[in-house]
Amino acid sequence: MRSRVVPFWIGAAATVVLAGILSLGGANEYFYFAGYVVLQFVVLATAWNILGGYAGYVNFGTAAFFGIGAYTSVVLFKSLGAPLLVQMAAAAAVTGLLGFGTGLLTLRLRGIFYSIATVAVIFIAETLMINWRYVGGAAGLQLLRPSPMVPFETYTRMLFFVMAVLAVIAVSIARYIEISWIGRGLRALRDSEEAAECSGVPTLRLKLLACTVSGALMGMAGAPLPMYLSFLEPASSFSLNYSVVALAGAIIGGTANWIGPVLGAILLASMQQIVTVTISSEMNVLVVGVMLVVFVVAAPDGILGLIRKLRRPRAAPGSTS
Amino acid sequence: MSGSLLRVAQVSKHFGGFSALSEVSIEIAQGERFGLIGPNGSGKTTLINCISGSLRNESGSIVFDGHDISGLPAYQRTRLGIARSFQIPRPFSSMSVLENLLVPLEYVVHRRSLHTADTRAEAMQILQSMGLADKAGTASNRLTQVELRKLELARAMAARPRLLISDEAMAGLSSTEVEEVLAILRKLNDSGITIIMIEHIMRAVMSFSQRVICLDAGRIICEGTPESIVKDPEVQKAYLGA
Repeated sequence: MRSRVVPFWIGAAATVVLAGILSLGGANEYFYFAGYVVLQFVVLATAWNILGGYAGYVNFGTAAFFGIGAYTSVVLFKSLGAPLLVQMAAAAAVTGLLGFGTGLLTLRLRGIFYSIATVAVIFIAETLMINWRYVGGAAGLQLLRPSPMVPFETYTRMLFFVMAVLAVIAVSIARYIEISWIGRGLRALRDSEEAAECSGVPTLRLKLLACTVSGALMGMAGAPLPMYLSFLEPASSFSLNYSVVALAGAIIGGTANWIGPVLGAILLASMQQIVTVTISSEMNVLVVGVMLVVFVVAAPDGILGLIRKLRRPRAAPGSTS
Repeated sequence: MSGSLLRVAQVSKHFGGFSALSEVSIEIAQGERFGLIGPNGSGKTTLINCISGSLRNESGSIVFDGHDISGLPAYQRTRLGIARSFQIPRPFSSMSVLENLLVPLEYVVHRRSLHTADTRAEAMQILQSMGLADKAGTASNRLTQVELRKLELARAMAARPRLLISDEAMAGLSSTEVEEVLAILRKLNDSGITIIMIEHIMRAVMSFSQRVICLDAGRIICEGTPESIVKDPEVQKAYLGA
């Protein structure tokens, strides 16, 4: 394991530097606009995987965390004019707390019942925002972007860079959890909660930790949304699309390893962007559905599973290693 | 035998209107080999679930090594020294055999010294003593039935318990495999571990145990040496019907 630590941090640093160079470079503005969305889904899929992949609790409520993150920003911006980083930190705190709350649900709800409960969280959150005048209610709220910070030419470029950094942070956290004793405990409780508990694993604490970290990262991914769109309204902020793409990205990429959700989200979100531009914005939802079905049937362990199979073509299932 | 390690006093457990355990009391001495028998549904597994913490008893107390553990979650009881195997093996199926043992090693034994401990070597040692060393790298969902049973015991042993509860570790095994598992359990007992054995294979439980309790419908109907238990009319009635 130790020998892989250095290459990972070099890769992480290189990603940040590359994103910095790109955001200062002279590409078409649309590149940043689309790149931001792709990176946002990398964060969401990675965050989803901490709970859904490692611990096996399938969360359909990504949109709730994402939307509440966005609304936290709006409230802070409107009331105090708080800067972006403060908005993101506050969003992480609020959605981390919400994550902790849904973690407590795991005391009684497992499997599909937990998943259904997380869907309900979306509708509760959306309904609350629709009825809250201060944040614009159902009609939404127009926001005036402040000017971007110094080295960046436009606000979108700055957001692109911020989201790239957040993606690197999210992946680093997920990777740390995966390779540490925390990850082993989460995998143990996914395989059998009772056996894990009888092996000394404090299952409730680990689930609460995973729910909190996962929720906080999702909220942070949503926090820059109001500034990105200069506008926020409930229906699109709490769109099920966020839940579905986060989950599908992780599953298509492969849930066993941190790189899976990264690959899956990049693939899926890029395809969505391409389809939106070349065909239509309705078709992009179809892309997710079709790809998910194809992968679940043909490659249940995702891209990672496919790569592993191609590397060792002889090790057919059934043969002992 | 010196002093009692586990004292279960007046423990009851209900599931809705069904009374699975009513006022069960047992006392187990340090180093003892203790057998627990009884027909299906008599409450054996419920009793050990209450001891290991998978279930909470509603009344009565469970004292382990001087601590009242009735209110503790299962993972804390494991850390105090109670380990168990499961009747239906529950391996961590996404992990290799060796990794299965790393879980208790990391979460119980080396919790405070994780970065200095060589947990893999330690896990390998346990596998060796169980005769599973050559399976260390095998995915645990590819094991045979007897290997799964051994893995259950090996994982329990990796928690370095003082009390091992073996829940039907031999069900469905051939007679040579039963002997193999019995030999492992005897060896563990020789090293000072107290063992509670739940078993339907009478030959195994009677030859292994120093003392046996028979449960029926949530009550203790008989307690004594293996020889006296088999002769007891209550036990015969419970197993064979009136």
